Amino acid sequence: MTTVEERLLPSAEPVCLIDQNGVPHDHPSYRLPTKEALLDGYTQLIRGRRFNDQASALVRQGRLAVYPSSFGQEACQLAATMVLRDGDWLFPTYRDSVSIMSRGVDPIETLTLLRGDWHSGYDPYEHKVAPQATPLATQLPHAVGVAHAARLKGEDTVVMALVGDGGTSEGDFHEALNFAAVFQAPVVFFIQNNEYAISVPLARQSAAPSLAHKGIGYGVPGERADGNDLAGLLAVLGQAVEKARAGEGPQLIEAHTYRVQAHTNADDASRYRQDDEVAPWLDRDPIARLTTYLEQQGWLDDDVRAAAEAGAVEVAAQLRDGLMPEPEVDPADLFAYLYAGQTQQLREQAAFLRDELAREEA
Amino acid sequence: MTHTKISMAQALNQALRDAMTADESVVMFGEDVGALGGVFRITDGLTAEFGEKRCFDTPLAEAGIVGMAVGMAMNGMRPVVEMQFDAFGYPAFEQVVSHVAKMRNRTRGRVQLPMVIRIPYGGGIGGVEHHSDSSESYFAHTPGLTVVTPATVADAYGLLRKAIEFPDPVVFMEPKKLYWAKEEVDLTESQPGIGTAVVRREGADATLIAYGPAVPVAMEAAEVAAAEGRQLTVVDLRSVVPFDDETVCAAVRRTGRAVVVAEASGFASVSSEIVARVTEKCFHSLAAPVRRVTAFDIPFPPPKLERYQLPSVDRILDAVDDLQWEDS
Repeated sequence: MTTVEERLLPSAEPVCLIDQNGVPHDHPSYRLPTKEALLDGYTQLIRGRRFNDQASALVRQGRLAVYPSSFGQEACQLAATMVLRDGDWLFPTYRDSVSIMSRGVDPIETLTLLRGDWHSGYDPYEHKVAPQATPLATQLPHAVGVAHAARLKGEDTVVMALVGDGGTSEGDFHEALNFAAVFQAPVVFFIQNNEYAISVPLARQSAAPSLAHKGIGYGVPGERADGNDLAGLLAVLGQAVEKARAGEGPQLIEAHTYRVQAHTNADDASRYRQDDEVAPWLDRDPIARLTTYLEQQGWLDDDVRAAAEAGAVEVAAQLRDGLMPEPEVDPADLFAYLYAGQTQQLREQAAFLRDELAREEA
Repeated sequence: MTHTKISMAQALNQALRDAMTADESVVMFGEDVGALGGVFRITDGLTAEFGEKRCFDTPLAEAGIVGMAVGMAMNGMRPVVEMQFDAFGYPAFEQVVSHVAKMRNRTRGRVQLPMVIRIPYGGGIGGVEHHSDSSESYFAHTPGLTVVTPATVADAYGLLRKAIEFPDPVVFMEPKKLYWAKEEVDLTESQPGIGTAVVRREGADATLIAYGPAVPVAMEAAEVAAAEGRQLTVVDLRSVVPFDDETVCAAVRRTGRAVVVAEASGFASVSSEIVARVTEKCFHSLAAPVRRVTAFDIPFPPPKLERYQLPSVDRILDAVDDLQWEDS
């Protein structure tokens, strides 16, 4: 007989199925993912890491305005999408480019916001990925709405809603959890706790025993996982998705990970943390431990490595080729999308800008 | 269809009922809108008629209400949400200005949000603090929103039906002091669309430009002025955004003089925008500066003092008198 508290509170320790040394561990509630899932994950991790590296390089070359690094958080971002079906929805934050790309969104369209040619580049309906935006946690009530509408329509959609540790301090996080619980909306709230909100450490964000504990106040089951263990994340998130799909209501998962790099290229992490704090997290890297495990299982043959490397090379080339040309922007777009039927005032303002540009050219 | 005498509240209720009957994707939610029927009874009987899935109570959190509506609109529904009072809508402000208003533009028109945010607004009902604000300027200032407000029973029905059918989000401001005003109306009669102002009264001498709760006051002032020998045109904006420059300017050009009447405070407001537009566009037709009758630039007063804050017939007539009828 489990008590309500036992059902709602997270595990005593973050779930970890493959530790930082690549050693597998049994868990009473979660099973290791299949070989196929782990090899697929490995391939995607290699590609995601390269995407990060290439995007950061392109910022330095002035081809991207800014890039919030997901270095070290790739396992979280990939697991979040690997457990979804095509008809499910993803609600990403601005740091979740790797997640978006792994949903099938074109890498260049993934980076439109960060390139600066428009606020969002992809069609949200094509891969069921909500547009990124920079306000924190405001996407979470939207996720609840999409999930609730799906339920009203009799669809078995699950919505994966991403948020960071800082985002859990925002009112919208709490309102979204509460609404989802009251309406039993099929949402998996997935917190990537990377220890920092720009410069502010977790201790200044929350005094809760863990961020997964925040679920109990709303009647939402919480769970926590090692955020650098793809195997554990796939198991925990996979179970959460299936519970939500089965009508058990919203689930809250916290992944313990770390923002290895600065907030963005515009940030200077040396002002608020020491390198010796970062070093241990490099040893917990999500790719290294999975690689070790797969090698020890004898699953990581040359074909798998070659395929993974080919995917990484391809995405890097896609970014370089796609972002090198100056993006084509059209000033007329400034007025084109505000309303389904353009107002007289916007027609006049568009004409004003057109005339101004014509005079400049003349 | 025969004319029936109903209140604005009943007309709004009927509009919701008819919209929900016509389109299964229309859902209504908010605080106390279920069994109670809303604190102003605008949603009276909807849960009983359409069930809990179509009209339902939510937790008491306005950002959550509007945010959830955004998601439901993204996923094929036409949500109508109620902010219980004007000032109770402020917790939802970020959702409204950062997402409701911007989603269509952000996604190059791929994500449309056909949703309506209903806000009972304005004073005149003896409400306590935070129950009488005129918050339309905040929304009118935000590109991407459509902001409408009815002043008649027929418009309450017609504009709400049009707002619910609109492809983009509409902030629907309901003048709460007019909720109980009754008129003989035929609801099947077609009303002008969103973005169209209407001339409620023709008069050659000056134009009163008003919207929402200020319209009946302007009409009454025009009645008194006529008895005193001055013929006033009254323009009811109906739609603050989009703004009907054509109708407003045509009236001002015909009359050469204008007073803007609004219940909101005047500073940096819809009324100041109207004065600026009229002055910019009709300068050569004007015989006098455009005057304004607005609330003072103070927080909305407690009930015993609110009559000093609201536009009155006398203040409107005084403003009209000031329109430089003779060189002095």
